[in-house]
Order: sequence, then C-alpha cells, then structure tokens
Amino acid sequence: MSAENFTVRPYPEMWAALDMDVPRFDKARQMLGEVYGKMFLGQVNRPDRMAYFDEMIAEIFGRRVEELLAAKKEGKPVVGTFCVYIPEEIVVAAGGICVGLCGGSQGSVPDAEKVLPRNICPMVKSAYGFKAGRICPYFQAVDFVYGETTCDAKKKTWELLDRLVPTHVMEIPQMKRARDKTLWLEEVRDFKAKVEEVCHTSISANELAGAIRVINDKRRALQRLTALRAASPAPISGKDALLIEQIAFYDEPVRFAREVNLLCDELDERIGNGVGVVPASAPRVMVSGVPMALPNWKVHNLVETAGAVVVGEESCIGSRYFKDLIDESHTAMEAQLEALTDRYMQIDCSCFTPNDERVDQVLKEYRASGAQGLLHYSLQFCHTYNIEEIKIREACEKEGIPYLAIESDYSPEDVGQLQTRVEAFLEQIRG
Amino acid sequence: MFIGIDLGSRTIKLAVVEEGKMMASAIAESGFDPASQALAMLAPYGRPRRLVATGYGRHLARQHFADGVITEIKAHALGVRHHFPECRCIVDVGGQDAKVIALDASGRVSNFQMNDKCAAGTGRFLEIMALTLGFSLSEFGGAALAAGGETVLNSMCTVFAESEVISLKNQGMPADRIARGVHLAVINRLAAMLGRLGCDGTLAFTGGVAKNPAMVALLGERLGEGIRLLVPDAPDLAGALGAALEAARSAEAR
Ligand code: SF4
Ligand code: SF4
Repeated sequence: MSAENFTVRPYPEMWAALDMDVPRFDKARQMLGEVYGKMFLGQVNRPDRMAYFDEMIAEIFGRRVEELLAAKKEGKPVVGTFCVYIPEEIVVAAGGICVGLCGGSQGSVPDAEKVLPRNICPMVKSAYGFKAGRICPYFQAVDFVYGETTCDAKKKTWELLDRLVPTHVMEIPQMKRARDKTLWLEEVRDFKAKVEEVCHTSISANELAGAIRVINDKRRALQRLTALRAASPAPISGKDALLIEQIAFYDEPVRFAREVNLLCDELDERIGNGVGVVPASAPRVMVSGVPMALPNWKVHNLVETAGAVVVGEESCIGSRYFKDLIDESHTAMEAQLEALTDRYMQIDCSCFTPNDERVDQVLKEYRASGAQGLLHYSLQFCHTYNIEEIKIREACEKEGIPYLAIESDYSPEDVGQLQTRVEAFLEQIRG
Repeated sequence: MFIGIDLGSRTIKLAVVEEGKMMASAIAESGFDPASQALAMLAPYGRPRRLVATGYGRHLARQHFADGVITEIKAHALGVRHHFPECRCIVDVGGQDAKVIALDASGRVSNFQMNDKCAAGTGRFLEIMALTLGFSLSEFGGAALAAGGETVLNSMCTVFAESEVISLKNQGMPADRIARGVHLAVINRLAAMLGRLGCDGTLAFTGGVAKNPAMVALLGERLGEGIRLLVPDAPDLAGALGAALEAARSAEAR
C-alpha cells in the first residue's frame, strides 16, 4: 500500500443499518484515508509489521464494527467508555467487547457546539458530536456507554449524552484514601452488575481471571513496545507507536497483543542491526499530558516533521493505560475485584488531588526513554492538566530537562505557530 | 559572504554578513508572493557562500533557495548577542507575533514564550488602533508620548479593543490619551510574558515595534530600575542578522 492509494474501506449498507448519516460519514472516511496515507505511509523505513495496524485503520469503519455487531447478536455486551478508569476486564470476562469512544477529531466539534458550550475540552465536544451527528459506527453499535465523574466537562456532558444513548456513570473519587477505595469498589460492583444485566449471566471468578490475564497480556505487550523505543536510533516512529496505543482501545485484545509482540520481535531485530527510523542524532522527545484520541496526531506529527522522534507518551492513550497490571494470583471473586480496584487506583490522572505520583512517574519514564526534552501537551480548557502542568514544569526545571508546554485544540489554525515553537524547542535540544 | 533572510508576516528583511560584520541590508513588503519577492531582493548580491532563512516563511524559502533554516527565536538570540554579547533576555514584537526569549550565559536559548494565536499585543494590534484613531503609524508613538495623561484599555482582543477605542473617542476622550492607553495595554501584555520568564539585568528589544519611540520609553518605564532596556540599531533586522550569522557559523562547522 502506498501513500496515494490508501483508503479506509466503505461499508455503506452496514452504516445505514446503524442509522448513520451515511453521505456525510463517507466524506469523513475519505478524508481519514487521505490524511493517514500522507502522515503514516509516507514515513521512511517503517517496520514491516506495521502492516497489521495499517489494515486496522483501513477497516476501522468496517470489519471491526462487524465483529462488534456479531458479538451483540450472540447476546454479548458491547460497551463504550471514555476513560481508562472503566475496567474493561469485566466486559471481557462477560465475553463482551469494550471500546474507547474518546473523540480526537475536529470534524464532529460543530455538531457538539450546537448544544454544548464552546469553551469546554475539545475531546468531550468531539465525542459528543460523533453521537449527535451519527457519524461514528462504534457509537451507534454499543449497547450503552459508561461514563465517569473525572472532570466537570465530562460528567455534565453525560447527562445530555444520556438523551441520545443510554449512559451510565461511574463515580470516580477525587482522592485516594481508604474510604475512597471503598466507594470505588462499590462502583466497580455496580459496573459488573450492569454488564451482567445485558448478557443475562453472571460472571464467574474463572472468567474474570481469564479476562484479567488477557488484558494484562495486552498491557505487557505495550510495555514491551515502550521499552524498545528507548533504543537509539529509535526503531519505530512516535507516530506509529501512538497509533498502536490508540488501536489498543478498539481492537480485539488477544489478537492485538499477538500483533504487538510480533512487531516487537521485528524491532528487537532492528535494534540488533542498528536500524532506526531516524538517525541516532535526531533529537528525542517525550510527550506527557492529556490523552490523544484517534485521529489526533497533531503533536507527534509536528515533532516528527521537524526531524525529531517521539520516544514515549505519558498519557492515557500511552503509558497511563498500560504501566500497571492486575495481580493475577487471586481465584475468588471478592479478592479479584479488590486487586482490580487496587490496580485502577494507581492510575495517576490529574483529576485527582494530590497527584504528585504523576510528577515522579513522568521523570521515571523520561529517564527510561532516553529522551532529551519533555513536551507537555494539554487540551484547551482542560483545567486539571493545564494546572498540573505547573508542577511538571517545575520538576523539569529542577532536573535541567528542556521543556515545552503546548495547549491546543483540534483546529488547524495554530499549527504554524506551534511549528515555530516546536522547532525552537528542538534547536534548544540540539544546542 | 553570508546572507540571512527573515520572511516575516508583513515584511521581508535581509542582512549580508562578511567577516562577522553586517555589510548590507534590505527591507521590503512580503506581498502576495513572498518567495519571488525574496528572490528579487537577493538578486543584487549574487550567490552567497551560504544562505539561512528564518521567520514565518522559512520553509517556503528552503523549498526555493535557502541552504538552511532556523526559527525566529534562535535568529533573534544570535542577532541580539552580536550587538550585546552579555544580554540574557529579549523581547521581540513583530507584525503578527510577540515573543520573549531567555538566554543562558553562553547565548543559547534556555526558554521562550510566544503570544497566543491572535494579534493581541503585536504590531498589527498597534497598527489597527492607530488607524482607528486616525494617526499614521509614525505619528502614533509621538502622540502617545506627548499625551498629558492616559486611559486604561480593558480589552486586548483586537476586535473588542477597536470598539472600545471608538466608544472612548465618542465619549470625548482625547485621541493622544487613548493612544497612550493602547501602548500601555501592549506593554502590560509583554510585561506579563516577561514575568513568566523571570528576566533581569539587561533586556534587548527587537522587531519592527522597537522602532516606535513610545513603546521603548513606556516599556523602559514599566520595567523600572532593575532592568536596562537596550534597543539595537535597526531592531527590525535582528532576525535577518542572526540568520546571516548562523549561515557563517554553520558554513564553518561543515
Ligand atoms: S485523562 Fe483522566 S479522565 Fe481523561 S481518560 Fe485519562 S484518566 Fe480518564
Ligand atoms: S482532557 Fe481534561 S477536560 Fe478533556 S476530558 Fe480529559 S480530563 Fe476532561
């Protein structure tokens, strides 16, 4: 497949059956194909094993959606989520599918702005707009969505989203004390009950243990990928690695982990032969901050177009999703649910206070990645990340780490200015 | 001979450097076709040993004729250190953006800030306000300096500020006082950016707006005793000069 003839394949009949706005969605499909072809297939010296992930994008609106619909037909739950705090293990234990529905596209923002205020996070607007405009097959296919109470923009939007698709909300506490864990565990039980209600069965401890292993394996594969990116020259581009982290949110987990591991085998070989996607002299940048949902490749594209390489994402679509595993040693349901909750409580999202673990985690990942500069990325109007940025900046200053903070939305209008800032940052790193 | 060219949003600036000294320079409007405009400006000088482009149009220049590119940030840092070898802080206000740059002792960029994606606090903002008040750009600064008092402008958004200026005019506020208020509004904005960077000692002021006497005087006043404000000769050429110096430096490193 070359950059010019890459297409995202159309499935108009299936889309019509899903009550989508087919003509409009078909335009979005074509655009995605063009952008993807240009941004991804034009990269030099890509690993061969990226072919699977290219295919996942080519079939993003087709084959994977068919799999969702097939699962539904069998009475399996298909659940949409917006946050890495919702435990997908429980859906997988019920034989179901969990998909991340975060929005990373400017295209659906105008749909949202017909209803929602303009000055809220673009990710929330984009996600809501996908449903309001009926331009996301995943949103159309899910049985229900499970939101959470992390940030204000999200929790208040769920009330409105519920009018368009059944929306349940998990209360995520804002602190991490013992009493918060008690609450959280109750919320996890409610989630399990909701999932069981859809599939009319109850999840057994055995099934949960299996699901925990499956998702742990997926997270381990992503950990392995991250560790390999520390090599110099970088064996894979940041854009490709981010893409894989994004696909982790909708692909079938066993197949996905297998493909990531196959890719990692190839990267191992590349590293052994000193093969990279950029020269060893290219500046290495780590990105930290908010999630970058498909197809938000803005920051990575800017950095890599300027000749540098991104070597890690401290983000929910990134390490925050896979750095922690669930203890697999428990066999009784109660103990499993507790172990699961413990794992989820380790996620260091800025919605929590205090959240100083995140500062330590950023520094730890920075050192492990062999990066030479840290780029903090916040979405516009995301108060928690924008404010926590101050602590990350202070820590970088203290450690003498070159640092750049970007606050942006999905619109292309600031790209020129951001390009200048990113290039100046790379000049700073190059010295 | 080395050439630096700064393709800005409003004007193109060119500097010719030989043996570490600026030998010639030129400035012209960017126009609709900045690449051809730049080529026309370069024509009289023949082929330099190396040509480095900077500014908004740097990548366009690389596609057509430049040997290398650097950002405006680095270009201003190099240009300013040429004039003031000890200077650690720069404020650059051009047609469409404003930036503040901190340097380490060796002159390398250690930190920088740019204005947001709108015209607030830039040359364009001053230009529109001058127009609204009926001043030419050259009279504007003089009027602000001569004003017997000032008025406070509340909006920094170009569109809102324009209507604010009109309503002040209609309330009978003298134009020179409003002019002073406009300048102070920009200066407040720059001071806030400088505050974030933590700047002391000397501060160099570059970019086309540094040719406005009111901006220089009022910014100096605002900074107070602790900081000495320096304006290089031809402050609008600092970026082009920096690019030319980079051309010389990178040619040597080859
Ligand atoms: S940033 Fe926080 S709220 Fe957003 S997905 Fe991550 S954990 Fe959830
Ligand atoms: S990026 Fe920030 S504002 Fe946006 S959904 Fe996540 S936590 Fe909320």
